[in-house]
Parts: sequence; structure tokens; C-alpha cells
Amino acid sequence: MSGDSKAGFIGDEKLSADRRIDRWIRRVFFGCAALTIVTTVAIFLVLFDNAANYFFGARITELLAGATLDRQVSFTEFFTGTRWAPSHAYPSHGVLQIVWGTTVITVGAAFISIPVGTATALYLAEYADPSTRNRLKPILELLAGIPTIVYGFFAVSFVTPVFVDGIATYIVRPIGRAVHWIGTALPSTVGVAGSEVAIGATLIGAGEAMMAQYVGRYSMLAGIIVVGIMTIPMVSSISEDAMQAVPDDLRDGAYALGATKMDVSLGIVIPAAASGILASYVLAVSRAIGETMAVTLAAGFNANITFNPFEEIMTMTAYMVSMARGEAAVGTVEYQSLFAVGLVLFLLTLLMNVVNDLLKRRFQEAYR
Amino acid sequence: MKRTEANPMTDLTSQTSQPDAERTPTRTDPDPALIADDLSVYYGEEQALGGVSMEIPERRVTAIIGPSGCGKSTFLRSINRMNDRVPGCRVTGRLDFHGKNVYDANVDPVALRRRIGQVFQAPNPFPKSIYDNVAYGLRVQGRDDEVDMDAEVERALRGSALWEEVEGQLDASGLELSGGQQQRLCIARAIAPDPEVLLMDEPTSALDPVAEAKIEDLITELAEEYTVVIVTHNMQQAARISDQTAVFLTGGELVEIDDTDRVFSNPADQRVEDYITGKFG
Repeated sequence: MSGDSKAGFIGDEKLSADRRIDRWIRRVFFGCAALTIVTTVAIFLVLFDNAANYFFGARITELLAGATLDRQVSFTEFFTGTRWAPSHAYPSHGVLQIVWGTTVITVGAAFISIPVGTATALYLAEYADPSTRNRLKPILELLAGIPTIVYGFFAVSFVTPVFVDGIATYIVRPIGRAVHWIGTALPSTVGVAGSEVAIGATLIGAGEAMMAQYVGRYSMLAGIIVVGIMTIPMVSSISEDAMQAVPDDLRDGAYALGATKMDVSLGIVIPAAASGILASYVLAVSRAIGETMAVTLAAGFNANITFNPFEEIMTMTAYMVSMARGEAAVGTVEYQSLFAVGLVLFLLTLLMNVVNDLLKRRFQEAYR
Repeated sequence: MKRTEANPMTDLTSQTSQPDAERTPTRTDPDPALIADDLSVYYGEEQALGGVSMEIPERRVTAIIGPSGCGKSTFLRSINRMNDRVPGCRVTGRLDFHGKNVYDANVDPVALRRRIGQVFQAPNPFPKSIYDNVAYGLRVQGRDDEVDMDAEVERALRGSALWEEVEGQLDASGLELSGGQQQRLCIARAIAPDPEVLLMDEPTSALDPVAEAKIEDLITELAEEYTVVIVTHNMQQAARISDQTAVFLTGGELVEIDDTDRVFSNPADQRVEDYITGKFG
């Protein structure tokens, strides 16, 4: 026993061993954190390198080593062309066609998930009594945990044949017949204010177009519905957390002034929880952009810029699935297009993350 | 927004107006604004308020004092039925406001709260501008078309002695004010819709002594226009500002209620004397 040990804060063998473990644990944890960063950077580099090959015919490393630029696909063609068929006998590389597919599915799905998800969150946070909430919330979270391929089956076996086909068969085509019938009953053209207006002919044309709506195995509408339903739990769950975090003091203050539940929900809770609610929207949209399995099975593989919800369309992710199945040889232009599309997708989701950050900063700490 | 009530100022049910019960004043004091009759409150199995009967006179300050957990806040929250928000809360007995039991089936708590304002323990301004905070009550009550809102906001802020401090910055967030200013903003918010009764739940306990003194002065002034019921854990405060004091003791029991001077100088109940002199509680 030396005098030192009496001081009590010198430490001993055991403590210094613990401290050594501490330092090692710190390194291990840092390594885990670094792994995700390295992976992200690596993915970006691979995408970028291969995309360079697609556009310039040489990888970045080759270009740095002095390879000559051999333009394969011009940026103009890629970003402004409207036909996407890299594997066609007469290839074409207009990415807009599949960007459109992704956009229309994402926007359409947002029209389902945002209102339904927000209303669900408001119901759970403000209207439901606690026992109902405790029963409903796990079910909602279960919905978020269903594998996306199951949603795909759901699209193929129910949404398309029953719901979408039902709309086409029992709503659109009968209306088309009615419009057509009215068109035949009216004169083909009518003179209005000195000019000929083709009323009957227009109605006949519109009626015929509506009567021609048949739903195949895939449709844009099925994709929108399935992705919309898939992303409802993201909106509702995260929004509800944000609403729960609003201090009850604020609700008390409003109720004590004679506010109704609706006044409090819309005027107090939603503004105070805005940052979390908006974050949930951005997350749901990001998820919809990147969604692959369900959307491929629901919306199909036919690149197509259309507004017709009954037609088959192709999203960027669906294209990547079909290309990665391995019909094209590695290194060919059509194979490399996979990476160019992947890069666009990556940049789109990156953009959503930036938007999310900006919104967070803008709406942060609405209360205290 | 159109409201279904015929006139929110005289009617606290959502349907037709009830004639005021005949009442003969029994003492020279002002008419009671509120009469509790054997009022009990239960949270689940637990009784928080045990058969309280008392009268709260109009345009006076009634202080409710007592140790922690004696049910004084519960009593306050049962007046404007804020207890309805607590799951598992049950109320028995009567609480008459203008001769009408506020726990009758046809009373709408939303309509009731439009006539009984409340100020809370911690300042809780909305994350909105000062103006919107004060205007909130009139807006949700659908009265913003009927009155000159700017004038009403100014009147309420003057009434809470805050106008001079915030006059030029009504668009600033209510959260930017100091704690004492925030609490006066909450008082302005509560008096803007012109309620008859103002309930205050330890309104100065989160404030520094200077802000506390300001609010105490304000409460005395407010009693000229409003019936004030204030819960406080601070006996000096009760003695300074109230006309009548009710002492609740553990178990939610009302032990003594009388003029404030008498309660503090010559309490009738030994337990109250012990409590006031600091022997327990």
C-alpha cells in the first residue's frame, strides 16, 4: 500500500483497464458511425463513375488517366428527350419519360397519404380517447412494417382487377356511353356567335375515348393507390408524434377560452407541430420516390408520358428493376443507363432531404 | 362562423335560455356568482374534492388556499369544467352559475368556458403574435365580425397593464416576452372575450417577486369588473389581495370559508390556525 492509493483519485489497475476498454469502445462506435458515411460516399462514387461511363464512354479514373471523351449519350438527349428505350433496336435516352412515371406516382400518392395521414394523426392525437389510441397505433405501425412486395401482390390481386377495373367498367365506360349517346342526339356542329362549334362531334369523340378505357395488368392509378396507402403510416405516425409533443398547456389555454376541438386542432396543434408534420410529408414523398417493388407490380414497365390513370407507366425504379434483371451485358450503354437513372434518383432523394432540413430550420421550436 | 347559441352572453346551454332562478340575497354582500353545493370530484376511484359547499360573491376576489394535493386546483377546474378533459374524472353535486347547474346534461362546456375565463400556473401564450394571442378568444367565439378587434385587443392589454410595454410590437411573438409579461398577456387573453368570472390557478408561482407584485395589483383592479377566484399556495398573497378566503385541507375538504381578515386573524377551525401559522402543510 503506497501513500498514493490513499488519495483515492489516482486510480488503480482495474480502473485504468476500464478506461482502456472505454477508449476501445469509443473507437468501435466511431467505426460503426463511419461505416454508414463511407457506404454513402462509396455508393455516390460508384453511381457517379458509372454514370460518367454512360455519358462520356469512359470512367472517371480512365478520364483522369487521359482517355478521350467519347460522347455516348448527350445531356440534351438525356434530360430533354421524351422517349426512354435504351435497349431498343433504335435506342433513345430521354429520361423524362420515366421521371414522369415517378413524379406522377409520387404526387398522386401524396394526394392520398397527406390528407388521410394527417387526419389520422389528428384523430389519434386530439380526438380519440387514450384506450382507442393505444389500440389503433400499433395497427398503424404494423401497416408500415408490411413488406413492400406484399403491397405489390395487393395491387395485382385486388387494387387493379377489382378497384381500378371497377372504376373503368362501372363508372368511366358507362359515362362514356352516355356522353356518346348525347353527342349523337345533338347536331354535329352548332353555330355560336358566328363561329362553328363542334358540340356533337366533340362529345362523340370524348365518349368513344372513355368507352375505350380497359385496364390491363398494370395501371398508373393502381400505382398511385398502393404507394399512397403504403405511405399513410409514415405521415400519420410521425405527425402524431409531433402533435403529441405539443405541450398540453397550449391546449388548456385554448379550451379555457371556449375553443372547440376543431379550433384547437387546426389553430393551435397543427401550427405548433408544423415542423414535425412537414417532416413526415417529406419523408413520405421520399419513400414514394424510392419505392420499387409495389410500384413495379402495380404500375408496370411501359415508359409513357400520359395523364390517363388507366394506362401502364414506368417509374425510374421499375426501369432499374427490369434492367438489372440482366438482359443487357455489363458495360454496354444500356446497362450503364442503370447508373445514370440511379444517380438521378439519388439526387432527387437528396433534394428531399435538403428540403426537409430547410423546413425543419424554418419551423423549428414553434413553442419554446 | 355562425354560432347556434341565441346569445352567448346570457345563455350557457346550447339550446334555449333558462330563466334565472329566483334568488333572495341573504346578506349584504353582493350576489353570489357561483354556488357550489356538495360538490365532489373523483379521479377514478380517488376522491379529490369532498363535498364542497360554498358561495363565490360577484366582483370580489375569492382566494383558495391549502396544502399541496388538497384539491384547490381541482375545485377551480371543476368550475369551468376543464376537468372534463381529464380521463376518468367524475363529478357529483351541484355547481350553480346564474342559478343553472353547470353539470346539467344540456350545458355545453364550450359555451360555459366562453363566460368563465382561466389563467394558468405557468404562462402559456400561444406561439402566435401578441395580437393574435389576445384576439384568439374573440375569434374562436365567432365574435370578431361584431366588434372592433383592434379596440378590443387594446382594451384587454390595457386591462392587464401590458399595453404600454407592447404597444409598438403587437406583431412580435408572445413567446418573446418575459415571464411576467407573458402571464399578463395570458390575463389579457382571458379578459378579451369579456368573461364574467376569472379563474386563476397560482398565477404568480412561476414569476419573480416584481412580476408577482404587478399581477397582484392587477388582480385587485380586475375585481372591479370580474369575479375572481384565485388558487394560491402563498398565504401572504391571499391575505393581500382577496376579500374572501376558503381553506381546503388534505382530502379535498373545505374546512373554513370567511372574510379574509377573519380567516387570517381569527380562524374558527383549529386546523386552519395550525395551517396558517405554519404548524403543518
